[in-house]
Amino acid sequence: MTWRRRPLSGRELGIVFALLVLVAVTTAVNPAFLGAQGLHDLFLNASILTLLAVGQTLLVITRNIDLSVGSTMGLTAFLSGQIYVADHDTPVIAVLVAGIAMGAVCGAVNGALVAAAKVPALVVTLGTLYVFRGLDYGWASLTGTRQVNADQMSGQFLAFGSGSVLGVPRLTLIAIVVLVAVNYVLRTMRSGRELYAIGSNPHAARLAGIPAGKRILAVFVVSGALVGLAGVLHAAYFGTINASVGSGEELAVVAAVVVGGVAIFGGSGTAMGAALGALLLTTITGALPILGVPALWQRAVDGAALLLSISLDRAVMARLASRLRRERNARHG
Amino acid sequence: MAEAERAPRPLLELCHITKSFQAVQALRGVSLALPAGEVHALAGENGAGKSTVVRIIGGEHQPDSGVIVLRGEPVRLSSPLQARRHGIAVIHQEPVQFPDLSAAENVFMGRQPLRAGRRIDREAMNRRAAELFERLGVPLDPTRPTRGLSIADQQIIEIAKALSGKADVIVMDEPTAALSAVEAERLFTVARGLAGQGAALLFISHRLEEVYALCDRVTVLRDGALVTSASTGEIDRDTLVRRMVGRAVDHLFPEREPGSGPEALVVRGLNRAGAFHDVSFTVRSGEIVGLAGLVGSGRSELARAIFGVDGRDSGTVMVNGVLLPAANPRGAIDRGLALVPEDRREQGLVPELSIERNASLARLGAVSRHGIVSRSSERATARRWGERLRMTVGRFTDAAATLSGGNQQKLVLGKWLATEPSVLIVDEPTRGIDIAAKVEVHSELSRLAAEGLAVLLISSELPEVLGMADRVLVMHEGRITADLPRERATEETVMRAATGTVDAA
Repeated sequence: MTWRRRPLSGRELGIVFALLVLVAVTTAVNPAFLGAQGLHDLFLNASILTLLAVGQTLLVITRNIDLSVGSTMGLTAFLSGQIYVADHDTPVIAVLVAGIAMGAVCGAVNGALVAAAKVPALVVTLGTLYVFRGLDYGWASLTGTRQVNADQMSGQFLAFGSGSVLGVPRLTLIAIVVLVAVNYVLRTMRSGRELYAIGSNPHAARLAGIPAGKRILAVFVVSGALVGLAGVLHAAYFGTINASVGSGEELAVVAAVVVGGVAIFGGSGTAMGAALGALLLTTITGALPILGVPALWQRAVDGAALLLSISLDRAVMARLASRLRRERNARHG
Repeated sequence: MAEAERAPRPLLELCHITKSFQAVQALRGVSLALPAGEVHALAGENGAGKSTVVRIIGGEHQPDSGVIVLRGEPVRLSSPLQARRHGIAVIHQEPVQFPDLSAAENVFMGRQPLRAGRRIDREAMNRRAAELFERLGVPLDPTRPTRGLSIADQQIIEIAKALSGKADVIVMDEPTAALSAVEAERLFTVARGLAGQGAALLFISHRLEEVYALCDRVTVLRDGALVTSASTGEIDRDTLVRRMVGRAVDHLFPEREPGSGPEALVVRGLNRAGAFHDVSFTVRSGEIVGLAGLVGSGRSELARAIFGVDGRDSGTVMVNGVLLPAANPRGAIDRGLALVPEDRREQGLVPELSIERNASLARLGAVSRHGIVSRSSERATARRWGERLRMTVGRFTDAAATLSGGNQQKLVLGKWLATEPSVLIVDEPTRGIDIAAKVEVHSELSRLAAEGLAVLLISSELPEVLGMADRVLVMHEGRITADLPRERATEETVMRAATGTVDAA
């Protein structure tokens, strides 16, 4: 048995398999599910969750977490709307830059509190979850804009959100580019490998001279920027924004990451896995009504998927540990 | 000077290093020179300051005063990274690995070979790791994760790390503590090879036979000060042991008639794989039996298994003729056994709870009626034991964390005494508390023994064991290697048994 890398890990293959089964069953019930429009919608819906999950993966690998993603996304989506309320003709690129910058600032706040003040990320981001959401509502009431509608935004912006390139939704392309870039850094750059080291054993990382604080801050900023991007894309895609965009999204993101095989205690997992997890959860959401399950059950199914995958993790881990022990004993006679 | 011309300039020199942690003076002006091609042993009892020397060389601690000279230049080692950049590698007693990452990545973390575009060259990394493992005589698969590797294999990875970083000052902190004889011999071969290629090695060990088998020179630390530095050819074992223990036993300990009551604690053939083997002994009522041994010899593990915190593979424990169920602390308490654990902060107290709450935790049954805890009864218990142990306490409702180390220890002791045990096991009862509190803990233990309690006293401080115990059991590598009556128990006989120098049993 060798440990060489394969293009997809066992876990990722498992998700692909689950996806295929789910799609096959759902398509058997309603062939339209796999139609061009059905697939288009599926990937479009999965794209924003994928962006969030890829950012979250970076954090979870380092033994951190960001519960404020939903609020940060809400804030940046609302920012996009506010920009158009102020100036109907703002170029798309300016909105994107503004949203990404605001997300990065939110991430920097989280990261600074975690890295410098040494407060656990779970607590810090639970706090900023409420703070960012509060700012969002405060901003809405201060400016008297309860809601921004599609007719208030520029046609260019809306077209950007719903457009396609060669039949592939633009949002999906963006998510794929981000995914490939993050996957590449995590696999082949020293800084990427150091994130795994920090999450796998913080003490050993310190002894190895890895600047953990700097790396963790950077990861919060990058992840926040991705959330900011997702917020702007959300605004462009849906065209209607109020101050509660993204509420509860953090749960779906963490679920996607964990289902995708990123160990919640850090040190292992891939962005590819998290993206597949996001795709699987989105597919489940889309498939439930077709399979006759009321949409109200969606949360329960998401949760069950999460529990199932954690149980699988434990089982696989236990088997791996006993196999490693056996190999070692065999070698030592 | 003629001598300076003869002797090559040492690779690393420590000059008059001092270091203290709060009130504890860990190092008092220690000087040490490590020439290239030499294996240098650093010996001393637990707490003599060996680990502090290791940490200072490794850049984990900075000295309060003194100079570190590397290849003739004074240097500041302000972080582990800097030490590593200066060619210093520390191999820790318990290797620190990234269990999720491959063996090769563990070796090269932060220094992975790169290809164009700053990409990690995985092929080259795995190949070089495989070469290093080959050179060290252990063909590990460089692509396997390090989770599940034996300590010996993990140390090989640490050494490979040192070699790959071109380190020429290599510190090994008790590397053989967890190794089998074969693994240790393999490590020695590697160490000799490294010295032969011009590295300077500092080897920390408790095992005197290893010091003589491997090292060219030996330096002895005691209480943070340098006692002796000599070539291993010039100093014999007996002298070395004497230098290690050195100090006179102080007369701080209460006088007491040795106990001779009925057998209160009887341990027969106790085994736990990897911790201790075939341990049998008895403690009589009214007797204080000391359990000595070096850190890692299995003393605390033994105590925990007797009490039932940990399980045991075989063997029996009886208290007053009644068998204790395995792995059942509640059952042990009910049958009259109490354990005051080693680490009072972690295992003995709930620091956030009030003093009186802590005092009654082990016997909530006695202070409650129908499952409801009575505050007044709780308070009365705390008062009674507080006065008896002369605790200096402001209010019994204050959090236990507000107490001084000595008073915390008394609180833990009182908590267990409140269960009215007939056998008391105390693990390092005076570690980290001041002299005055120490004396009080000692006299309380004496008084309890005089009242008929059987006491098993585990301690790394030899003077404490020798001063308090009627009989001294010595553990070495999980076995009891000596059972010495008070008259025959001296620092030398205990140290010999603890280091496995002679079989004194």
